[in-house]
Amino acid sequence: MPKSALTGSRIREHRLMRGIKQADLARDIGISASYLNLIEHNRRRIGGKTLLALSEALKIDPSTLSQGAERAVVTELQDAAASDADVPVELDQIDDLVARFPGWAAKVTAQHRRLRALEQTVGGLNDRLTHDPVLSERMHEVLSTVSAIRSTAAILVGTPDLGTEWQARFYSNIDTESRRLADSSAAMAAHLDNLSRKDTSTATPLEVVFSAFDGRGHHLRELEEGGDPEAFAAQMSEIDSTAARTLAAAYFRTYSADAKAMPLEIFEPAAHEMKFDPAALAARFGVPLEAVFRRLASLPRGATVPDIGLVSCDAAGALLVRKSPSGLALPWFGAGCPLWPLYAALSAPGVPIRRIIEGEDGARFTAMALAHPSGPLRFDRPPVYHSIMLLIAQDDATGEAAIPVGSSCRICARSDCDARREPTVLTHG
Amino acid sequence: MSKTVLLVEDEPNIIEAISFLLERDGWTVRIHSQGDDAVDAVLRVAPDVLVLDVMLPGRSGFDILRDLRSNAATKGLPILMLTARGQTKDRELAESYGVSHFMTKPFSNDEMLGKVRDLYTASADKP
Repeated sequence: MPKSALTGSRIREHRLMRGIKQADLARDIGISASYLNLIEHNRRRIGGKTLLALSEALKIDPSTLSQGAERAVVTELQDAAASDADVPVELDQIDDLVARFPGWAAKVTAQHRRLRALEQTVGGLNDRLTHDPVLSERMHEVLSTVSAIRSTAAILVGTPDLGTEWQARFYSNIDTESRRLADSSAAMAAHLDNLSRKDTSTATPLEVVFSAFDGRGHHLRELEEGGDPEAFAAQMSEIDSTAARTLAAAYFRTYSADAKAMPLEIFEPAAHEMKFDPAALAARFGVPLEAVFRRLASLPRGATVPDIGLVSCDAAGALLVRKSPSGLALPWFGAGCPLWPLYAALSAPGVPIRRIIEGEDGARFTAMALAHPSGPLRFDRPPVYHSIMLLIAQDDATGEAAIPVGSSCRICARSDCDARREPTVLTHG
Repeated sequence: MSKTVLLVEDEPNIIEAISFLLERDGWTVRIHSQGDDAVDAVLRVAPDVLVLDVMLPGRSGFDILRDLRSNAATKGLPILMLTARGQTKDRELAESYGVSHFMTKPFSNDEMLGKVRDLYTASADKP
């Protein structure tokens, strides 16, 4: 079964449930019955206007028909399979698993995420044990004290002819060192307790922020209405650590600034009027292109707003923002596909680039990317760049040449890719 | 003339215990408790064996070790390093600087005494 088999099957299922003839539905949305037949049998990709028209005709939300949610789950399941290659799984049946047992699929992906988060927590604790100067100092003190007690006690026990003066001195030394040991042990325990109180979260701060955005569809109503970013971050129950709260507040300040510069009630009509052209919108609102990218990705999803994704990274390629569009699941962990224009933009900072890209399932996107300084420019140090890429779902029928891309190498099945940095796990099943 | 051990250590009760053990074993024990002028102390005392702590006030035992190994007068001096930091990277660092033996606290008295004797014997046997 091809990976994208679900969308067409779902369209067929909803049409039959409503008792609509294939020819009637095709006529209603302005396509031929044979083309709809191909779509329903998963032999043609679908997205953009056709998907929206079908969802309107079937009176259901486009996301119900689209494969986005399932693709994200499939991608995470592939990642889960890749993380433990010693346990073989039926990689070619992941789609079936997602379709037939969505609860189990969600459970596995949730556990996989938790496992990765726990691994990162262990790594963090290991770093802390290795590099924490306070802990190192406490440990040194404890071991030095134990060493003095051990040597002194061994002398007392193992030296029968020890004079009374030496005995008294060594007893006194043991008493001194044992008190010191009690104090240093208590101090170390207090330090460890303090560390554990500071950070009990199993997810990294960035993952917590990603989840917070994903959970709200990347549209933050509270901030659109003028809410305070810090207060908003503080009252979010899912943000459970100081580090995540600080990071979230920084993201929310950017969101608020964008919302203030491009108020929703003005920006959304302008976006439609300008056909979601970021350059035109940047000129209209007098804001940087990257701000328009962010603002477009924050538009509430609706029948008239195309499926828009957004991803950004720092100069090291680490992902800073991820909003997956349907048909291109962006990874939660590690780096993305080296062929994304996101990375190409870093080689020419300040120069916007536009490419058509095609995901593994055939979904096509207009990808617009730009590398921009992440802070104020200074004379005394080199600029630090971030790159940002907007993804707008494209109709299948444009016929424009597209760059084939993936999500990330481990879970990308494309062969003969010059950019591949590690083998895929998808051929091992 | 008895053999001399220079003990560079800043913990008073460890100094007392080690000194007692070495003196009863027939060694002349000289003490130094600072890191910053420890190399001068070694050159001045010219011990047969050096027992060197890692964490010292003023300068780390690793830096002292490195300086001693780059000095012709102390290049072959038997050096027993004592540390509460038993991590592999510390041991590897000490070995890369040319330590004779690396011992982690807490150690047994017999182990410490035996190693001091071994280092001296191996050094005395060298042509």
